[in-house]
Amino acid sequence: MTETEQLDEDGAIEAATEVLPLDAWHRAKGGRMVEFAGYWMPIQYEGIMAEHLWVREHAGLFDVSHMGQMLLSHEGGDMAALDAAVETLLPIDLSTLQMGMQRYSLLLAEDGGVLDDLMVSRWPDYLYLVVNGATKWDDIGHLREFLPDDIVINHLDDQALLALQGPGAAAALGRHVTGEWPLSALVFMRLGAFQIGGVPATISRSGYTGEDGFEISIPAEAAAAVADLLCAEPEVKPIGLGARDSLRLEAGLPLYGHDLDPAIDPVEGDLAFAISKRRREEGGFPGAARILGHLADGSPRKRVGLLVDGKMPVREGAKLFDGNTEIGVVTSGGFAPSVGAPIAMGYVPRDHAEPGTALAAEVRGKRVACTVAAMPFVPHNYVRKTGA
Amino acid sequence: MPRYYTEEHEWIDVDGDVATVGITDFAQGQLGDIVFVEVPDTGAELSQGGDAAVVESVKAASDVYAPVDGTVTEGNSQLEEDPALVNSDPEGEGWFFRLALSDKSQLDGLMDAKAYKAFCDAL
Repeated sequence: MTETEQLDEDGAIEAATEVLPLDAWHRAKGGRMVEFAGYWMPIQYEGIMAEHLWVREHAGLFDVSHMGQMLLSHEGGDMAALDAAVETLLPIDLSTLQMGMQRYSLLLAEDGGVLDDLMVSRWPDYLYLVVNGATKWDDIGHLREFLPDDIVINHLDDQALLALQGPGAAAALGRHVTGEWPLSALVFMRLGAFQIGGVPATISRSGYTGEDGFEISIPAEAAAAVADLLCAEPEVKPIGLGARDSLRLEAGLPLYGHDLDPAIDPVEGDLAFAISKRRREEGGFPGAARILGHLADGSPRKRVGLLVDGKMPVREGAKLFDGNTEIGVVTSGGFAPSVGAPIAMGYVPRDHAEPGTALAAEVRGKRVACTVAAMPFVPHNYVRKTGA
Repeated sequence: MPRYYTEEHEWIDVDGDVATVGITDFAQGQLGDIVFVEVPDTGAELSQGGDAAVVESVKAASDVYAPVDGTVTEGNSQLEEDPALVNSDPEGEGWFFRLALSDKSQLDGLMDAKAYKAFCDAL
């Protein structure tokens, strides 16, 4: 991944779209490449609908190498100091994050707004973070600014990240994984070191589709060989960003920059689960006063799911109405292949957030009836017990 | 019955003073799975280059423009139930709307099949 600069028409320097390790692999597989988060990425191969349904039935391989992977460590090896420093920026309880555990957390601004959502894992001598691609440079800047100088940030920009997702993922991956433990020792939100076809791989059982699945961190130069190995399995097809978006929407998972942004706090974002019990009691994270206040009294607005009447998709930016009063906005929406209907998520006042509340969305000047719905829209299929 | 094409990837079949309009096979391939089509109401007055219909794929909504001036005589009601007709038969059963032409001379500015193929090949 080399960063290049070019002059745009106005003579200003702008970053050129970058190429990920699997670029040629995607093109050879017929991937339709689009610019996303500063990279060329495949939006689809055979078609979003077919790819989406394939993941729900079998397994799909996603290239998510645009995401930021980093290792945080303390230069003197003091893990307690590392944990304490990280807890000043995230509302996570690292005292309960044991070796090999992974947890969803939030990078918070001083006012409690969400700067990013991310995964944190415990590894010997390190915390391993996976952050969003579009925000990774800002995240690194924020961490560097606010973490003490004895905390080392190692951006793993020579690592690719693949996600293998779907009910067939464990069987397909299991045929190629060797290691100290069997792959089945990993349950949802656990992480371990393995090899895939001899390539060292850090694998977590997690993902962004609501299905069982894995995220696989491997050296960039080995990415094509590993992708070929996995796609040779009968369960596995390559899947593009389009299906990734429709799968996560059905799973009720927010997309940063759309359903979450710096103006939204975790309670508004319906992510209160990411604020650990001890941190609720002790506070001491950015925006604690606002967030703990919202936890106690409810937030003025909340992220909700919406089932849309009829067939017309309701998309990001559509205004939401109760009668003639504008009350909120859609932040993600589209046709949901596994639901067979349009769905959306958006923000509404808390007195409109109860499932079953009837609202209307405005699309091209027309009103479309929709109903607040519990999420996920499609049940999660996470594997939480060993032996499965 | 002559068929014309636009640079916005619409086709127009002309039969006397009535034209049938749809999107081309190239266009449906670019859009991907079509999940919703909004066709204009009968009686709507369309002007060349103006909004005429909306086609929505899983990923995004796209406008379809009127290739020529005219008055809508019929929208394809089959697309309401089965929008995927636009994928399976874009230049046949997947037509969008029919209109009574106001100015047939506008057809002279459109492409024929050969010119449209060359246009697509150059993209």
